Amino acid sequence: MDSADRVENVWGARTPHERGTAWPVRVDQELAVAEAEVDRWVQSACVLCSNGCACDIAVKDGRMVGVRGRAVDRINHGRLGPKGLYASWQWSDQDRLTQPLIRTAEGLRPASWDEAMDRIVEESKKRHPLQHGFYTSGQLFLEEYYTLGVIGKAGLGTPHMDGNTRLCTATAGASLKETFGSDGQPGSYEDIESCDALFLFGHNLAATQTVLWARVLDRVEGPDTPAIVVVDPRDTPTARMAERTGGVHLAPLPGTNLALMNGLIHELIEHGHVDEEYVARHTIGYDELVAAVAAYEPKQVAEICGVNAVDVQRAAEIFGTSERVLSTVLQGFYQSHQATAAACQVNNLHLLRGLIGKPGCGVLQMNGQPTAENTRECGADGDLPGFRNWANQHHIDELSTLWNVDPLKIPHWAPPTHAMQLWRYVEQGSIDFLWISATNPAVSLPELPRIRDILDRDGLFLVVQDGFLTETAEHADVVLPAALWGEKQGTFTNASRTVHLSDQAVDPPGEARSDLDIFLDYARRMDFRDKDGQPLIGWSTPEEAFEAWKECSRGRPCDYSGLTYDALRGGSGIPWPCTDDNPEGTDRLYPDSVFPTDSYVCEDFGHDLLTGGSTTPEQYKATEPAGRAFLKAATFQQPPEWISSGYPLIATTGRSPYHFHTRTKTGRSRKLRQAEPSVWVELSAADAADLGIAEGDRVRVESERGWMEGPARIGRVRPGVVFVPFHFGYWDSTDRGRTAANEFTLTEWDPVSKQPLYKVAAVRVRPSG
Amino acid sequence: MHLSTYLGLLHSAENSLAEAFGQVGRHHADEPDVEHLCQTLGEKAAGHVESLGPFLARYGEHREDEPDRLRAAEFSGTRSGGVGLLRDLQDLYALASFVDVTWTVVGQAAQGVPDADLLKTVQNCQTDTRTQLSWLQTRIKQAAPQALIVAK
Ligand code: SF4
Repeated sequence: MDSADRVENVWGARTPHERGTAWPVRVDQELAVAEAEVDRWVQSACVLCSNGCACDIAVKDGRMVGVRGRAVDRINHGRLGPKGLYASWQWSDQDRLTQPLIRTAEGLRPASWDEAMDRIVEESKKRHPLQHGFYTSGQLFLEEYYTLGVIGKAGLGTPHMDGNTRLCTATAGASLKETFGSDGQPGSYEDIESCDALFLFGHNLAATQTVLWARVLDRVEGPDTPAIVVVDPRDTPTARMAERTGGVHLAPLPGTNLALMNGLIHELIEHGHVDEEYVARHTIGYDELVAAVAAYEPKQVAEICGVNAVDVQRAAEIFGTSERVLSTVLQGFYQSHQATAAACQVNNLHLLRGLIGKPGCGVLQMNGQPTAENTRECGADGDLPGFRNWANQHHIDELSTLWNVDPLKIPHWAPPTHAMQLWRYVEQGSIDFLWISATNPAVSLPELPRIRDILDRDGLFLVVQDGFLTETAEHADVVLPAALWGEKQGTFTNASRTVHLSDQAVDPPGEARSDLDIFLDYARRMDFRDKDGQPLIGWSTPEEAFEAWKECSRGRPCDYSGLTYDALRGGSGIPWPCTDDNPEGTDRLYPDSVFPTDSYVCEDFGHDLLTGGSTTPEQYKATEPAGRAFLKAATFQQPPEWISSGYPLIATTGRSPYHFHTRTKTGRSRKLRQAEPSVWVELSAADAADLGIAEGDRVRVESERGWMEGPARIGRVRPGVVFVPFHFGYWDSTDRGRTAANEFTLTEWDPVSKQPLYKVAAVRVRPSG
Repeated sequence: MHLSTYLGLLHSAENSLAEAFGQVGRHHADEPDVEHLCQTLGEKAAGHVESLGPFLARYGEHREDEPDRLRAAEFSGTRSGGVGLLRDLQDLYALASFVDVTWTVVGQAAQGVPDADLLKTVQNCQTDTRTQLSWLQTRIKQAAPQALIVAK
């Protein structure tokens, strides 16, 4: 095996090391020209997953020609994975949008920027703020989200703004708010170097963040290997590592995570692995938690989840007895039934043992996309910027002072409109101006037949802003060509709060503009003003936008006030909070176990985990949290959709290590396209035999809502479960076959985080000949 | 003793509430959260009807002779559209509030008797009722601006 070929060897060569020692540096590089021919290197970080590996972009003759991992960076210590190496720039001159497009009776035709923007502004001015919806991304830069957030909240005054982060990271944010009072990743990637046990909850780390998995493998190959416990219905390379390290692979039936988690907590309590003093000092809700998990005996859990009781006991024992435990959580929990409740139980496990805020002990509630953290911080997901609480008048007043607008302008009368509700309003026609930026809902949202109908709805004015003519852009009234990574400047923050600067390496193609410039142009043309008649948005460059954001974040948990573009240049990325007194940033949150739950500070007053009913400010204050964390509990409920005789299998969706999102970039990388050219359908050997399906046979997966087809791969999921990767839409399809997993997924969401349920769709599978 | 009257009242109110949640959920199936949560919360109300069983046996279920003055609020059927959803949720809210305060009354009596079993049941059921109210309040707040200002 050629270990330099990272399609063959996804995680690269091993650099094993001992517990408590630094992860060795290994620099990965990919160049389309000889190194000596490179004109210059421009600092950036990879945007093809939430890991945020720092890199430099090679430029020659005004074009991007390569990438190299940054050895000095705390996130990747020089490494890059297959997506970073083979898809970070290779798409840059293929099929790009270079001019605005406007719809006519004949289809989309090229237009000038003036014409396109005038059209948008004319439609916008005709409408009430509540008729506007903005559906953005987890892939723009911080400066762009903040600008969009201010436009929505202080310019127009609409609560209808969310990101596709609702699909990928909403539960991470929600569970952190419910437990700790505010969003903010408690742990650090450096916890991998010192943990004794690693728990991966619904997180196929080997595929989703390949460089982070390489970091884990270097501990596995070294002395004092940590025990790895994996919760995943599929038998993946991640899961196989559990067995190798003396850990456990638990493969619960999709939709039953909460029962499993309650079982683990039950065991922890039963066997006295609770740090009672810590719990008494730093938490609220222990008695309710004990009562809620009382019925979840291992036997009971085994029955609900379809796992072995001894495995549940063993996993709990590892959690209960290891000195330092690190947990990570991702889509297997976030996109499943009772998502927030299950993710909160991970926080609870750590709180019960007091394993938080110390090296090797931490929680990483992960993200899917590279800049999802910024969508959350800046308020482009509907939340208020700076993790402010929409139900706290004091926070609203802070924003109204900062922006110099009437507090009533800022929509805070109700929870911000989450994406699934936003699309429902579009379906009903009460939102008829929809602006989509940097995302592709025609492939990525659940139940695509419904989404296509909504996009084509009569009377809907649809703006799509992207680098390519995506499946979504094909439905637009106006298409705006956007500059992509390397063609614009900005910052973004990875899943462990580390902020990176991405400098502009080359010019955008044709007339494409940065998303920031597009938003600023809209604000100018709409003539948004503050109370004194001055322009609402006083910035015009990324760095000025960053400075404005710093003021907004000052004093909040996500404090950026000590960061500058200069500080981010040259060395490593820096984790927030970062203030003038603390210019190096912060490795781990909560070293003193004082949590941001004080009612003046907290981002949210919390919810009932079963229904999502809000806790009122009065109820919240009555609990006198004063810096203690909440041990929130809930009982397991049957998923909203379950198998029936007509639809006897449960389908779940997920990722390939070679592709990102809807493959707009990775699908244009020759190497990655070859590595994973098309969709597949994974079935267990038992189900395949029952259905008379052999490896490679074309099969149809069908739910009550829709169907897709692909070749069968046999033997890697648990019986009763079907797996389909969600990357494969239609922009490059030649035969018009149905390949998108979201043809069959369902329109349901978690009551607290409002994250859609991609992991529990009842389906039937048959050969499609 | 009028405890039996109140138990009867509670019994029929919880029954109406369970049914009303069911109706609203089915009628607004295009709102998946409403459909799903109405079902879950309706099951809770139905569960309360069951937990009342032993106490109806213990104290008897007395139907009051003055039906107009002591009859549970009733649900008069679902409506459609954004404003219709809002009104339906509001009706559920009114019904659930009636149930809530009725539990409070029964709880006071349970302390007076005293009946520890009944008191425990009151506490459990009333926690659920508060959950119902809190969800309804949250969902009503969310739906109101859009329904009242721009819904078609
Ligand atoms: S792990 Fe993620 S951020 Fe790092 S190179 Fe791979 S895709 Fe890029």
